[in-house]
Amino acid sequence: MAYNVKEVVANKKPVFEAGHRMCAGCGAPPVARMVMRALKEGDHAVVSNATGCMEVSTFIYPYTAWGESYIHTAFECAGATCSGVESAYKALKRRGAIKDTEHFKFIAFGGDGGTYDIGLQSLSGAMERGHDMTYVCYDNGAYMNTGIQRSSATPRFADTTTSPAGDVIPGKMQSRKDLTEIMVKHHLPYVAQSIGVNNFKDLYEKAEKAIYTEGPCFLNVLAPCPRGWGYPTDDLMKMNKLAIDTCYWPLYEVENGVYKINYKPAKKLPIEEFLRPQRRFKHMFKPGNEWMIEEFQKEVDKRWEELLSLEELTNKEN
Amino acid sequence: MSIRERLSGNEASAIAMKQINPDVVAAFPITPSTEIPQYFSTFVSNGTVNTEFIAVESEHSAMSACIGAEAAGSRAMTATSSNGLALMWEMIHIASSLRLPIVMPLVNRAISGPLNIHNDHSDAMGIRDSGWIMLFSENNQEAYDNLIMAHRIAEHKDVMLPLTVCQDGFITSHSIENIELIEDDKVKQFVGTYNPEHYLLNAKEPIAVGPMDLQAYLFEHKAQEADAMRNAKKVILDVAKDFEKLTGRKYSLFEEYKLDDADIAIVCMNSTAGTTKDVVDNLRNQGIKAGLLKIRVFRPFPAEEIAKALENCKAVAVLDKAEGLNACGGPLFTDVTSGMYVNNLNIPTISYIYGIGGRDVTTKHIESVYKDLIEISNTSKVNNPYRYLGLRRGDK
Repeated sequence: MAYNVKEVVANKKPVFEAGHRMCAGCGAPPVARMVMRALKEGDHAVVSNATGCMEVSTFIYPYTAWGESYIHTAFECAGATCSGVESAYKALKRRGAIKDTEHFKFIAFGGDGGTYDIGLQSLSGAMERGHDMTYVCYDNGAYMNTGIQRSSATPRFADTTTSPAGDVIPGKMQSRKDLTEIMVKHHLPYVAQSIGVNNFKDLYEKAEKAIYTEGPCFLNVLAPCPRGWGYPTDDLMKMNKLAIDTCYWPLYEVENGVYKINYKPAKKLPIEEFLRPQRRFKHMFKPGNEWMIEEFQKEVDKRWEELLSLEELTNKEN
Repeated sequence: MSIRERLSGNEASAIAMKQINPDVVAAFPITPSTEIPQYFSTFVSNGTVNTEFIAVESEHSAMSACIGAEAAGSRAMTATSSNGLALMWEMIHIASSLRLPIVMPLVNRAISGPLNIHNDHSDAMGIRDSGWIMLFSENNQEAYDNLIMAHRIAEHKDVMLPLTVCQDGFITSHSIENIELIEDDKVKQFVGTYNPEHYLLNAKEPIAVGPMDLQAYLFEHKAQEADAMRNAKKVILDVAKDFEKLTGRKYSLFEEYKLDDADIAIVCMNSTAGTTKDVVDNLRNQGIKAGLLKIRVFRPFPAEEIAKALENCKAVAVLDKAEGLNACGGPLFTDVTSGMYVNNLNIPTISYIYGIGGRDVTTKHIESVYKDLIEISNTSKVNNPYRYLGLRRGDK
């Protein structure tokens, strides 16, 4: 259906309900709410959640914020757990234990730690085996739940508690792993990168496409973290906007190998705009550290150019 | 009429799984249990079973997928050995704490390191206090029978715990023996269908599984899990009675072999019990009152019943196919002696570590243990309670 924010919010049940205990200004809850809203009327879902902020704040015994069935097992195995649920669905349908009229969808949520790092094998295995599921990574760029430790999704130079910006080593020295591209190389029917707040239409439509495309689909959604990034909680929308306007986090999708960039900023902002409001990059703005901003810009430009050429290569219509 | 066959322990396990026809099997290859999922995937490919087979990318994912599948409301199984079980360890505890009656054949093999693919029980001992019911099997027949009984025990409303059926890697998993199989329809009837009370795929009642469980509740939840393990003892015996009606084969918490009037006894598990029975027969022919207590149910541990069964012995040896690495004897030894102490039984009891990494155990070794026990029962003196059997080091 054509997206209309008012209609979607008014008419579609959130599934991810009020009462959870995630932080003010956190980018993750809007991701879960919007993804779950893409579930069609009458359809059910089983959510599989990796250990992380979202899990520890939404299902504290005996309370749950989830309106559909939900399972959490451990940190590194949301993919494998979800594949077990999905296989059980097939088997139970086959032997008539679940009615033909009952439809379930399988959606996994994991943070970047549980997805890029410790859960990568489980995710890769589940995707390769072709389970009919959607894996959503809410990427906040570090192990925020345990207190802001660097992950392979942490951007270069970020000051985290295990890559502190010191006198000798100025923060994390490595660039981010490009998990979206790793998933594309699994040759999945649908892979997309989106953003939780600021462009609800983008996330809603991608979630709907992923959930209703048969086979394994992957969404990588940026979810800013006020504690880890160091921005005021009311700046969540601004942080998202800067991430896409600087092309730090391009919105794009890959459908059966065909790339489509969903948002090309009319004026690509310099990366400083994204870095400056964040405490984790504060040291980059000290005199003498200009080279860090230059290097960061180079990496963003390189990845953006690569993406443009992939779209050019695979999608002649654009 | 039952079906007479010749099968290896792995084949027997795979056939039991075929007859159980679980909804989901998720497994990863590891020697010596690999054959079980291998045989089973042939049943899947040929349409002999209705199972969804998930060829996972690791044992951690095998157990994770089983947890997902079982919580979803289906019957899920896997099989593993050694390091595979070690990799599962995190999920082993999650499976039992979520009260999911997953059933898993465990083909016992030495745990690394260094790497060794042969039999001992160090893998099983790594999950002995994880909330899994653990049954041990002397031969292929017992491995088969224990699996047929498994779901009835695990899924019982007073239990709801996962269950593993152990057998010795290569020694029984790869040895072909005569076996009596039960007809498919009778197994189907005996095992029954799984109708969980709450499950993820219930469209009428969504549930949430696996919470953050803090100071206010985890203690109570653990105590409930411990109650379930205590309840399992009676359920295991009840299921064994029904099984006996079906097959004529009698099972209990442990097997007492010529133990009634025994002066000296060995306590052991799995295939070594077969070797020991042969030695007991020979000693009995010589007029020596030797006996055997073969553990079948290791978890829940039948401490009180074991103490009762051993009360008239003058000396006891407990054989462990796993190094305790704790300076106070093997794991089975510490359980047996603890049970004896609590039940006011004080008789000389010796720990023997044996068969590590597949080291062969012959009747000669077992004879030497009984010889030691005769000496101890005559003198009531124990020089060293922590001994080795078949170790090249000069001491025993």
